Amino acid sequence: MFDVAIIGAGVVGGMIARTLARYQLKIVILEKGHDVATGATAANSAIVHAGFDAKEGTLKAKLNVRGSEMMAEVCRELGVKYKNNGSLVIGFGEEDKAHLETLYRRGIANGVRNLELLNAEELHALEPNVSADATCALHAPTGAIVCPYELTFAAVGNAMDNGAELLLESEVTAIQPIEGGYKITAGGKPIEAKYIVNAAGVYSDAIANMVGDASFTVHPRRGEYILLDKEIGALVSHTIFRTPTKMGKGILVSPTVDGNLLTGPTSEDMEDKDDKSTTPEGLARVMKGAGESVTGIRFGASITSFCGLRAVGSTGDFIINNPRHGFVNVAGIESPGLSSAPAIAEYVLDLLRKDGLNTAEKANYNPIRPALHAFREMSMEEKNAVIAKDPAYGRVICRCETVTEGEILTAIRTEPKPHDLDGVKRRTRAQMGRCQGGFCSPYIVELLARELGIPYEKVTKSGGNSLVNLEKTKGAR
Amino acid sequence: MKTIDLVIIGGGPAGMSAAVAAYDAGVRDLLILERDAHLGGILQQCIHNGFGLHRFGEELTGPEYAGRYEKMVEERNIPSLLNTMVLDITPDKVITATNAERGVFQLQAKAIILCMGCRERAKGALNIAGTRPAGIYSAGTAQKYVNMKGYLPGKEVVILGSGDIGLIMARRMTLEGAKVHAVCELMPYSGGLARNIEQCLHDFGIPLKLSHTVVEIHGRERLTGVTIAKVDEHRRPIPETREYIPCDTLLLSVGLIPENELSKTASVALDRVTNGAVVDQDRQTEIPGIYACGNVLHVHDLVDFVSEEAEIAGKSAAAYIAGKSAAAVEIALHTDGKVRYTVPQRITRQKDVTVFFRVADVYRNVTVKVTDEKGNVIYSRKKIKVAPGEMESVLLKSDTFAGARDLCFALEEN
Repeated sequence: MFDVAIIGAGVVGGMIARTLARYQLKIVILEKGHDVATGATAANSAIVHAGFDAKEGTLKAKLNVRGSEMMAEVCRELGVKYKNNGSLVIGFGEEDKAHLETLYRRGIANGVRNLELLNAEELHALEPNVSADATCALHAPTGAIVCPYELTFAAVGNAMDNGAELLLESEVTAIQPIEGGYKITAGGKPIEAKYIVNAAGVYSDAIANMVGDASFTVHPRRGEYILLDKEIGALVSHTIFRTPTKMGKGILVSPTVDGNLLTGPTSEDMEDKDDKSTTPEGLARVMKGAGESVTGIRFGASITSFCGLRAVGSTGDFIINNPRHGFVNVAGIESPGLSSAPAIAEYVLDLLRKDGLNTAEKANYNPIRPALHAFREMSMEEKNAVIAKDPAYGRVICRCETVTEGEILTAIRTEPKPHDLDGVKRRTRAQMGRCQGGFCSPYIVELLARELGIPYEKVTKSGGNSLVNLEKTKGAR
Repeated sequence: MKTIDLVIIGGGPAGMSAAVAAYDAGVRDLLILERDAHLGGILQQCIHNGFGLHRFGEELTGPEYAGRYEKMVEERNIPSLLNTMVLDITPDKVITATNAERGVFQLQAKAIILCMGCRERAKGALNIAGTRPAGIYSAGTAQKYVNMKGYLPGKEVVILGSGDIGLIMARRMTLEGAKVHAVCELMPYSGGLARNIEQCLHDFGIPLKLSHTVVEIHGRERLTGVTIAKVDEHRRPIPETREYIPCDTLLLSVGLIPENELSKTASVALDRVTNGAVVDQDRQTEIPGIYACGNVLHVHDLVDFVSEEAEIAGKSAAAYIAGKSAAAVEIALHTDGKVRYTVPQRITRQKDVTVFFRVADVYRNVTVKVTDEKGNVIYSRKKIKVAPGEMESVLLKSDTFAGARDLCFALEEN
């Protein structure tokens, strides 16, 4: 029997697993997807919010500020890129200015440090490409950016290095209370655990229902994004928000830790929890909104567009509770969920302890996960050292992002292991450049087939039936 | 750091032809750097015929055409490093490259010829709405799977864009047993060669839907279908014309982009229309000693013209290395918009020059007119039809533009 079963391997489940892995606990992570970080974690704004958005006294406010403070250290331990680029909420006119003053006061009350209100001149001195029509701004120097799936790979990987197990393609379909814990049906197989942490994202209400907790619901809110070429990645250095409305923080424009420019999201309440399609209207709104904030964005430089589904809870706040012995909900983790994730994990640990979980520290716990060093970021000496050790690092597979065969093989062999093209892409950035895998994907299919020991035509883009090739050609049969 | 007279970046048709021409003009200290495991570039996967009519007077396949040049390279013992990726070029012509055997190394070149070719425009640039399933490929990637790897990426196919690779792949997939339902082209005309429309679509009964585009992608794991629609004269989809086509594969042939990432590291000035370098009649960029030719300079219709252009660059680089001063470049070439671009963009008064150009739209019964800054007509010729998919050229005799500073290339409708 496992001590703790965590349902969901998003950034929240991953950070919880990593936090619990410090203790003498048998941990299993149950993920229904083909990889970790495939839900809301895969597609969001990648922002570490300073913490001035959420209302004073809410769990969101508390955990955002705490999480944001913890994030730099967590990223350092996990070898994850983190950039404290600061954020600006820009306003157009008096009404926005009044709203920014409210956010300023709220931020101070929430404990956000170094907030300042800027006039137009100060704003444009910081960010010359922000629209000339912007009249005011709230500057949060503690705002930062991080790659949410990189953080999740590292958190799950670090948990696994410290003994946690990960079961992919293990959708939880039933939970039954048994003596001393629960019997979980995951991917059709029985798993027994003393404690369950429900971090199942948009499906966390369904999981709670399995133990008779119908106290909340979660619905998906669609957010469409457009990612742009590194060529214009330096158009702004801060994350640029619009003054928020009821539906969210509006269309933002932000650099990413990898040097691209990210624009989005839209905000549209949905019913289907799996429909990640973009719409012509949504993408048009992203272009319009981003263009209103920042001048000079050429959407001809789009690398890709995508859609994320945020898990919006019915209470308006994060739903983190312990409705019955041995069961903890971590639900409704919409924005600022990524920013809060390290603090959520701490909070969940506290709930589990109060519910009787015994947390004796492991003697050999290692909080460090070495970064998977990117060839393109190495000095010439470092490059030569790594090629001397492994010639595969001298073979560049992805031309656009300069990713070597060595990095791809290392990623395929490192927990949590990828099993498909998208998994390799998100771990190494191969296929993520401007040609979008046009040149390198046939080689990566070959590496995956070889490493996984499967036929070439069985390699998928993203698990399931997402086959890249269907059969051999006539001549090759 | 090792010094070398001439480094050729890329061992495709442009690189091989440039190397051979430079060698024949006397360069002996030269090296081809190629990132693939073989010379030949994209020709290796172009197993259809139609190459070499102009150069060799016969119809060759891509690998056969490449083979001819590989043989010329071998006969001259021109060295090449394969599986070698160039990471950086400085304006001072220091090249940083890497491969598995030597690690990262640097070369100081006297002259460099840029022959990196082009890449396909990817789906991301189009921002098509819908899901992001497996089954969407650029036509060249599908060509690689089928012709090089021996795997069929799909069986029920729709092709967006009527570029030549898309047309070729319509035929190739059909021959492999796939059903190609339609080729959709956003523009009211095809960007491909007329002969490819005939031989790859018409001969196989594949419909070409002009003024059509893909407006939505369906399917969660593998593609299950696309919605196409007719577009109006502003290229906006007309909602009433939406039509769903079930398919498992969408191939994109929506344009080629010269691959100038390395040119940018060397601060080579680029032309905003061609996305290639600004060059003179010798294919010299604005940095003396750095040349560009082939699809990295501007996208060609036929490899024969790539080889021809690369010879100019190879010979010029040889003259530069030998210390011969290049002809002064005094004349700037401009266009009227109907003519989109010219290559070269700058010329000398001292030589006859062939200027290549492309037009912006399909025009019928026009006169191609070249005038100098004073309005003198230097060249004038009637054409029944010009189209963006077919590169045009004019030969200008040096005695006709001896006094000019600027030449404008224009189309006049008759």
